[in-house]
Amino acid sequence: MIAGLIRLLTGAQARWCGVDPVRADGSVPTRVYFANHQSNLDAPVIWASLPPELRRRTRPVAARDYWDAGAIRKFLAHKIFRVLLIERAKVTVSNNPLRAMDEVLAGGESLIIFPEGTRTMDADGVMNEFKPGLWHLAKKHPDAELVPVHLENLNRILPKGTLILIPLLAAVTFGKPIRIEAGEDKPRFLARAKQAVQELHPPEGAGS
Amino acid sequence: MTTTPLAMISNIAAVMPSDRAARWLVGGTLTILGVGTIVGLLLRFRTTTDAGRRTVANLNARIRAWWVMAAVFALAIYFQRTGATILFALISFLALREMLTIAPTRRADHHTMFWAFFVLIPIQYYLVYIRWEVFYMIFIPVYGQIFLAIRSTLTGDYTRYLERTAKIQWAAFICVYCISHAPALLTLEVPGYDGHPWELLVWLVVVVQMSDVLQYCWGKMLGRHKIAPHISPNKTWEGFLGGVLTATLLGALLYRITPFAPWQAAVIAFAVAVLGFFGGIVMSAVKRDAGVKDYGHLIEGHGGMMDRIDSLTFAAPVFFHIVRYFFL
Repeated sequence: MIAGLIRLLTGAQARWCGVDPVRADGSVPTRVYFANHQSNLDAPVIWASLPPELRRRTRPVAARDYWDAGAIRKFLAHKIFRVLLIERAKVTVSNNPLRAMDEVLAGGESLIIFPEGTRTMDADGVMNEFKPGLWHLAKKHPDAELVPVHLENLNRILPKGTLILIPLLAAVTFGKPIRIEAGEDKPRFLARAKQAVQELHPPEGAGS
Repeated sequence: MTTTPLAMISNIAAVMPSDRAARWLVGGTLTILGVGTIVGLLLRFRTTTDAGRRTVANLNARIRAWWVMAAVFALAIYFQRTGATILFALISFLALREMLTIAPTRRADHHTMFWAFFVLIPIQYYLVYIRWEVFYMIFIPVYGQIFLAIRSTLTGDYTRYLERTAKIQWAAFICVYCISHAPALLTLEVPGYDGHPWELLVWLVVVVQMSDVLQYCWGKMLGRHKIAPHISPNKTWEGFLGGVLTATLLGALLYRITPFAPWQAAVIAFAVAVLGFFGGIVMSAVKRDAGVKDYGHLIEGHGGMMDRIDSLTFAAPVFFHIVRYFFL
């Protein structure tokens, strides 16, 4: 019901280009969805755009300092979206974000991550450089599908720095999975991953 | 006293003389949709080429959506002025959402757009509902425009100020102000006319939307010469003339549900069909400018809400004025 509400609110229309939500034989691979980050609505919108059987097995990754502040955020993070909360500030060996993500993937569940690390302020949608977490996950879980996701208009629906939401139409595009090519190094892989997200920008603009 | 159902119906018919016309309208709509559905089914079995199949699939999706739209419209009209006001307020909301989505805005416009959605729409439709005519005629053109302009300056961002502000003002004018004239038709009481208040609105919607459909049909059958190749490549002179003239004829035939004489109904139907055509062209120009094909995906086969009501945007206010100044 919450997923339906989010879709209604943002008019989010999921497009699957170059990847099917569920494989032809009905199986669902373990996936890492990686997307551009514009708004606090990003993770809920991707989560809500997934078919129910995928949604149940997919967890967004987000910062503990934001989502553990306040009862409503806490409730949403723990009970609804099942957010995998990670530390941004005091990272130690025992709370290393990558270890928690490893465990989720090893348990056969999927993740939603935002490799830019923070929301992009740029109005033209130019993305920040990707942090290396995606590379480490890709190395450690070669069987997991790395699915690029492009989000559009969420920075206009709920931009950084306001709680006022306006009901424009969002677009969510899921793209063809990528993998580390033979002999590819970290910077080149991360640049290619970022490009994979950027290329999903709908050529016709929003909603088409 | 014994009353048979038949006698009851004839009693009601005696009290409300135009109900015969209303029954014809409902029957006619069901017949047209039924025939459309059957023709769509036949075409599906007879079409062999891939391009032909796509056209037929789109046609069938459109007909299915027409069933839904006719049902929603009929349900709203059943609740008279309340139903019509709520329906068109929702239509305004969805249309404004689509138009502002394709119009590039900046972060500084966020709050301005919030006011357009959550303050202008409710106030405008409330004014229509309480029949405060002098106020709803100027609320958006005067107070709405002034307010939106002021609100956009409050953030201190003057980059492309004129463009940004004009976009939001224009969207509010088209999607809210113009569309709100459709339910406002239910507030008009033509002296000496004893029909139902909803008949003017139904007549307008039937003429304008059938003009769209007929232009599409004539265009598919005979279309040769493009009328606006850059803005709306599917529109042709043959479609335009055939559609507008048959819609004029339809409007004249439906004169019984209006306060108009047959010749008046024909003249007015011609005017609203032509305005409907230009509404479509103008809303297409907005889409071309933004680089999109449709306003959205809301209605299967049709596109967005704005793609379906584009022809109503100019026709509704002008039709309102024609009735208001020549018949009241």
